Amino acid sequence: MTNIAYFTDQFEGLAATDSTSTIKELSKAAFDTFNQSGLPTYKLEEWKYTNISSLFDKNYQFSKEDSKENLSLAGLRALNLPGKNEANELYFIDGRFMPGLSKMISSEKELIILPLEEAAKGPYQKIVAEHLGSSSKYLKDGLHALNTAFIQDGVFIYLPKGQQLDAALYLHHINNANTENILSQPRSLVYLAENTNLQLVETYTTLGSMDSFSNEVIEIVLQENAFLAYYKLQNDGANAAQVSSTQIHQIGKSYVQTLTIALNGGVIRNNLNLILDAEGNETHLYGLSLLKGNSHVDHHTLVDNKQPNCFSNQLYKGIADDTATGVFSGRIIVQPDAQKTNAYQSSKNIILSERATINAKPQLEIFADDVKCSHGCTVGQLDEEAMFYLRARGLPLKTAESLLLQAFASDILNQIKLEPLRIHVEQLILDQLASS
Amino acid sequence: MNEDLDMLEKSALNDYKYGFTTKIDTDIIPKGLNEGVIELISKKKNEPEWMLAWRLKAYAYWLKLTEPTWANIKHPPINYQDIIYYAAPKQKEQLNSLDEVDPELLRTFEKLGISLNEQKRLTGVAVDVVMDSVSIATSFKEQLSEIGVIFCSISEAIQKHPELVKKHLGSVVPMTDNYFAALNSAVFTDGSFCYIPKGVRCPMELSTYFRINAENSGQFERTLIIAEEESYVSYLEGCTAPMRDENQLHAAVVELIAMEKAEIKYSTVQNWYPGDKEGKGGIYNFVTKRGICQGDYAKISWTQVETGSAITWKYPSVILKGDHSIGEFYSVAFTNHHQQADTGTKMIHLGKNTRSRIVAKGISAGQSQNSYRGLVRASKGAINARNYSQCDSLLLGDKCGAHTFPYIEVKNKTAIVEHEATTSKIGEDQLFYCRQRGIDAEAAVALIVNGFAKEVMNQLPMEFAIEAQKLLTISMEGSVG
Repeated sequence: MTNIAYFTDQFEGLAATDSTSTIKELSKAAFDTFNQSGLPTYKLEEWKYTNISSLFDKNYQFSKEDSKENLSLAGLRALNLPGKNEANELYFIDGRFMPGLSKMISSEKELIILPLEEAAKGPYQKIVAEHLGSSSKYLKDGLHALNTAFIQDGVFIYLPKGQQLDAALYLHHINNANTENILSQPRSLVYLAENTNLQLVETYTTLGSMDSFSNEVIEIVLQENAFLAYYKLQNDGANAAQVSSTQIHQIGKSYVQTLTIALNGGVIRNNLNLILDAEGNETHLYGLSLLKGNSHVDHHTLVDNKQPNCFSNQLYKGIADDTATGVFSGRIIVQPDAQKTNAYQSSKNIILSERATINAKPQLEIFADDVKCSHGCTVGQLDEEAMFYLRARGLPLKTAESLLLQAFASDILNQIKLEPLRIHVEQLILDQLASS
Repeated sequence: MNEDLDMLEKSALNDYKYGFTTKIDTDIIPKGLNEGVIELISKKKNEPEWMLAWRLKAYAYWLKLTEPTWANIKHPPINYQDIIYYAAPKQKEQLNSLDEVDPELLRTFEKLGISLNEQKRLTGVAVDVVMDSVSIATSFKEQLSEIGVIFCSISEAIQKHPELVKKHLGSVVPMTDNYFAALNSAVFTDGSFCYIPKGVRCPMELSTYFRINAENSGQFERTLIIAEEESYVSYLEGCTAPMRDENQLHAAVVELIAMEKAEIKYSTVQNWYPGDKEGKGGIYNFVTKRGICQGDYAKISWTQVETGSAITWKYPSVILKGDHSIGEFYSVAFTNHHQQADTGTKMIHLGKNTRSRIVAKGISAGQSQNSYRGLVRASKGAINARNYSQCDSLLLGDKCGAHTFPYIEVKNKTAIVEHEATTSKIGEDQLFYCRQRGIDAEAAVALIVNGFAKEVMNQLPMEFAIEAQKLLTISMEGSVG
């Protein structure tokens, strides 16, 4: 059975199940969109540098009910995921949120976690109806629609007014590809009410030697005076492909910092949309790719400035070795009303091997005049003089190279405010540089 | 105050001073496009068989294509059957000297500031003039031919130097390149041809002046410049059109070929009719321009000042095939009222130690949209390729847009590619500084804009630089306040 036929078959099965009307309507419309647009090919401008459709030459399965039971909490702990100490942890197995596995240290008053279906019925009905699926305004491709079509076992995270959480919240995505190729489609909606503070971390792990494909959508909404630090750590096997779409909607004057670290994986595409929808929003986007082997990482950012006096800054750094490909595509839109916008963007890349590739597409679309916008992009090598300096002091080639690359990455790593995570990532990078 | 008003009124009238029409007998092929029309064009130009076959092949290919929609421009669909593909001023069979040119025509070009009389010798510019579909006159032909430089219309080249045309036509921009290149290959009517033999440094600037005169006609010109080993040529191109309410199509193809150690400098001052203040009328300028540095140490440099056209859609590109070859692109694009520009360049690095430099300045005023779109590609073999790109945009007014779409593709660990872009409006403090010294707002803005564009203007040959500077100032009138 082809993937498309399989999806249709599964969708019909899903339609028979019980769900709220909000989710049902969304999912039906999304499946129509999927049928119309199909999987994105490189012929689409937005997917020019990342070929996703060829990954679907092989067949993927959605998770089966029984596969989850094989994974115990103890087993998961052994995976050496970061943030084991003072943090809240939620687990997605094959894209399905597993409430039973959660480890919470914050009380229910401080942080509300609900299955999405439940939230769509209860007191949060209005929020879910308003914000769930709003990212489809910006992401119109078939893959995004496919996730929406199969919204099932998603999670709703709500931070009530005034909650300044010290403990970080980890979302661990685990795909069990021990017996077959897995397609997982995690879905989350996060809402930060007024005067809140949240540190959110996402990690990805694939078990087993079959292939996994994670097609994730997470939508985050920020109210007045909310503060969000959002970290994404991608350090999975070469058999793990991923399209991860994050949309952050700042509907009140708020502050966001995002940091995406891609260390290993197969084909990775990160869609990151920032919608600056209130006056005075501030946003910082950071990204680091350290690619080896045949990895392909595509950072695709969009900052849509809709209101005046917003500030955004982007810094993405990439290192490509072996036959790896790094892509950065950043787009800044300044709408006619968004006067006094300051928007900056910078992408810096290093190529280490003859067969590595870097593609960059930084774009500015400006419809207002009283703005300051800039973007810069560089592709180059390690500085010869710096290398010479280190070699002259007796450092072996490998050590000198690794030292300079660490320095290159440190601009980004220093932005990780969550101490245990930073130490974890720094160690991962050290190990990776040492092994090459 | 009164003086100010006078000036404003004048500038409102003065918007486009080349908007007149010349009453002159024109030989026209009726509207529409089919194989018959192409055969007729070919017959009128007395072309050899192979040329007609080439045109028909391009037409057959064009029929299979659909119009591209990726550019950041908006326009109503173009009806390709509603265009006159051939319009030529009627004249005597063969002209031997300029005295035989229709005096009405000469007056037209006098009005445009281009004297076809050989007084131009003083400034040392050889001019080829193309009106609607055909080349009217080429000056200094004899002096040039003494040193072996061939400078004539492409129709003449097809007759007199078929081997050169056959060898190079379509070698840089193949007929299958894109929609408008295919259309041009099928119906092109005239254009310039230059051939600079080995070791010759062309002693004067070569120049072509394009003019659309006839109503409802499209202009499809084709320019081919070949610089043999160790030669040098500087080529200028200018264009104007009358004011009309309909949109007219201009789809040209320009091909440059630079052999080992040759240098081609190509400058354009594009001032097609941009349409009126409400965005009615104007030229659609859909042009494919590309050069190839075929040999080692070759250099191609594009300089363009774009102030006209309702829509500009062009990307003068360089393929850096020879080792150590150099590509340059300097551009100022000014858009006002409802003009739209989507312009930029492509630098394709293939050879070792190739270098390229891009300086693009966009200025948008009124309700115009101005986009830079560029590609820099360093392929695997392009060892030590080096590129530097800089795109700056200036916004005058809060209803216009400035956009940047650069593409950077590097497949090589020794390549260094840098791109930077900024967008801003004129600084309040800069304006204040000028106003304080008694310079009025409009002149102050003109001063600042000219300074902004200076890096590019400096690349133009002197005669052109002055014209371009004036043009920029005229185009800007009424855009402040």
